[in-house]
Amino acid sequence: MTVYRTNILVCGGTGCVSSASLDVYNKFKKLITSAGYDKEVKIIKTGCFGFCEQGPIVKIEPDNVFYVKVNKKDAEEIVNEHIIKGRIVKRLLYKEPNSKRIIEKHQNMPFYKKQFRIALRNCGLINPEDIYEYIAVGGYEALGRVITKMNRDEIVDIIKKSGLRGRGGGGFPTGIKWEITKNNHSDKKYIICNADEGDPGAFMDRSILEGDPHNVLEAMAIGGYTIGADKGLIYIRAEYPLAIERLDIAIKQARELGLLGNNILGTDFNFDIEIKLGAGAFVCGEETALINSAEGKRGEPNYKPPYPAQEGLWGKPTCVNNVETFANIPAIILNGYEWFSSIGTEKSKGTKVFALAGKINNVGLVEVPMGTTFREIIYDIGGGIQGNRKFKAVQTGGPSGGVITEENLDTPIDYDSLSSIGSMMGSGGMIVMDDTTCMVDVAKFYLEFTQDESCGRCTPCRIGTKRMFEILTKITDGKGTKEDLKNLEQLSYMIKDGSLCGLGQTAPNPVLSTMKFFKDEYLQHVVNKVCPTGRCKGLAKYKIDPEKCVGCTACAKVCPVECISGKLKETHVIDQNRCIKCGACFEACRFNAVIKPK
Amino acid sequence: MTRPVEISVPKAAGELPNEKFVELEKYIDNLDTTKGALIRILHKAQQIFGYLPMEVQLFIARKLNIPGSEVFGVVSFYSYFSTQPSGKHTISVCMGTACFVRGSDRIHEKLKEELGIGSNQTTDDGLFTIKDVRCIGACGLAPVIMVDDKVYGRVTEEDLPEILNTYRQKTIDS
Repeated sequence: MTVYRTNILVCGGTGCVSSASLDVYNKFKKLITSAGYDKEVKIIKTGCFGFCEQGPIVKIEPDNVFYVKVNKKDAEEIVNEHIIKGRIVKRLLYKEPNSKRIIEKHQNMPFYKKQFRIALRNCGLINPEDIYEYIAVGGYEALGRVITKMNRDEIVDIIKKSGLRGRGGGGFPTGIKWEITKNNHSDKKYIICNADEGDPGAFMDRSILEGDPHNVLEAMAIGGYTIGADKGLIYIRAEYPLAIERLDIAIKQARELGLLGNNILGTDFNFDIEIKLGAGAFVCGEETALINSAEGKRGEPNYKPPYPAQEGLWGKPTCVNNVETFANIPAIILNGYEWFSSIGTEKSKGTKVFALAGKINNVGLVEVPMGTTFREIIYDIGGGIQGNRKFKAVQTGGPSGGVITEENLDTPIDYDSLSSIGSMMGSGGMIVMDDTTCMVDVAKFYLEFTQDESCGRCTPCRIGTKRMFEILTKITDGKGTKEDLKNLEQLSYMIKDGSLCGLGQTAPNPVLSTMKFFKDEYLQHVVNKVCPTGRCKGLAKYKIDPEKCVGCTACAKVCPVECISGKLKETHVIDQNRCIKCGACFEACRFNAVIKPK
Repeated sequence: MTRPVEISVPKAAGELPNEKFVELEKYIDNLDTTKGALIRILHKAQQIFGYLPMEVQLFIARKLNIPGSEVFGVVSFYSYFSTQPSGKHTISVCMGTACFVRGSDRIHEKLKEELGIGSNQTTDDGLFTIKDVRCIGACGLAPVIMVDDKVYGRVTEEDLPEILNTYRQKTIDS
């Protein structure tokens, strides 16, 4: 094996690839080769570093220097200065937005300091397209130990005692799920990895699959051995081409080394994995819908029971676990359940990965121990609200969850605390909103999503979510009444109680939660016909401040419906009945005389 | 996405080339099993034809010996499958929550206005199709649009005409 003096790690996660990290990677390749250093310096395309806001990210090892926002031209400077002359390119180091401090090593950055990585432990560290790099960091050791030294009850016992709960959102204890499937006797069983990450704004599972695919394959083999399955399926969204490609490579490599296939590591354990592509349906994240889709059918959910553990894929006992759940398994086997259960809170053990996004400074992927507070995530790791604006709310659980407000910012995050404040863990999307975000508009956004994604099988969800969306549209258009608010609430409970699957049962949550915490904002919309943030165009009223207006006619000239009147050098007036609230006058005025609706 | 947009199954706009059917048939014949493979076959068919008109759906139904309604049931259920041909360039507007919070709805409106079409529609010159997508995962760059495979991050309404012109120019040049 060749030993290189320096490794250049370039992030190859979707976030960085979107900001052209592959160009940077290719540029490094070209520069290093033409400088004749290709025997000394290795360029590695890694998985996601998590710090997507600052991408593309380049890390130099063993110097442990972390460069941010690197473009093709910067690559040249890094090679000439850092690689050849050993001088750090200060200009490209991370600058802390608040203190303006320059930080060279990633472990000193506030973004990474409070994180604790189990599921993401290899992301950004190894080349996901090389199985030997995974093996070098202890990969497939857990599988080896399990199939040569442990019996199936022992493994169930370890997973149960570790306290690991499903990371897809529901939080069902993984050990119990495995035990039930194990105890159901059948000639054929299946284990499925649910990688149908549908929550818009969440990208944890994708980053794990892109950054450390072997971790998931290994865990699936361990699960397969435990429950007695010889076949695994990864059900993944077709919208994740990079993750699919890397899984494909990983499966092939594992087969070549005999880590998948027949007689794994010389034992009589046979196990192989197949990739199944989804085709764009949010409801397929629900396990019975996922199984129908994996059988090539419409992805509609079934009534439970029977649970998949009893009758799943092709009517056989099937265990469905989420990507992040799997990503914890090898580490638990290697480090022991005592280690894992020492992390987290009383009822939620280990860590959770969150996709931190929205109006926050440090957008990215973070993994923190359960029990970390929202304040720590948003202000310490996330670096606070963008543009120093005021925090308003944070949404967890995506379209199934709810908002958390200022008063609950110090809540330690775990499954139970989140349910108790009207939200849920969900798969890990965490969207931060500031004072410019209208909560009615947010609720409408989520309902637009759920009514569109409702599979149509059961009436409460199919028709109910549509009616809710219509009422919310009416409110944001300025035509809502107090009666509408009552109806909205009543409908919410009807849909929750009457729907067949988790999609419908949780669809009204964003409405109920925003109505609970932002009742005033709803009332402002329906009673005063005002949107406090100015987001709802139907309620917007542009006005001209007579004190500031100099009568330059600029606003009247740009108004597309010609509803601004006034003579040159005289105060102008907007005809509210004809105004379409396009905001052109506001943009055109050079004297700040046009008042944007609040 | 999951609701059927039209009850009738659209036919192909013109004659579909025979060699594409041959390619599809070969793919189906080479599968180990067709059990549970309908979605996989539809993915392949869409890759070959670009979309899934009635002729293609019926071809698959006959080949697998299942009712055409079952094939259409699956096609209309999943948003990834399209029964209409797309324009030369597909503009995907990310409608994920992170992009929404950072103003993707305005980008969406502006784009529709610029092109004079709605979502899932194609411009008369066949150049652009607008699609809404749910989170492409580049939340750090929100709001994001994607033209074919190229991602444009931190897009503003003012950026749009320039982006569109790049592709218009490309077409003229070629």
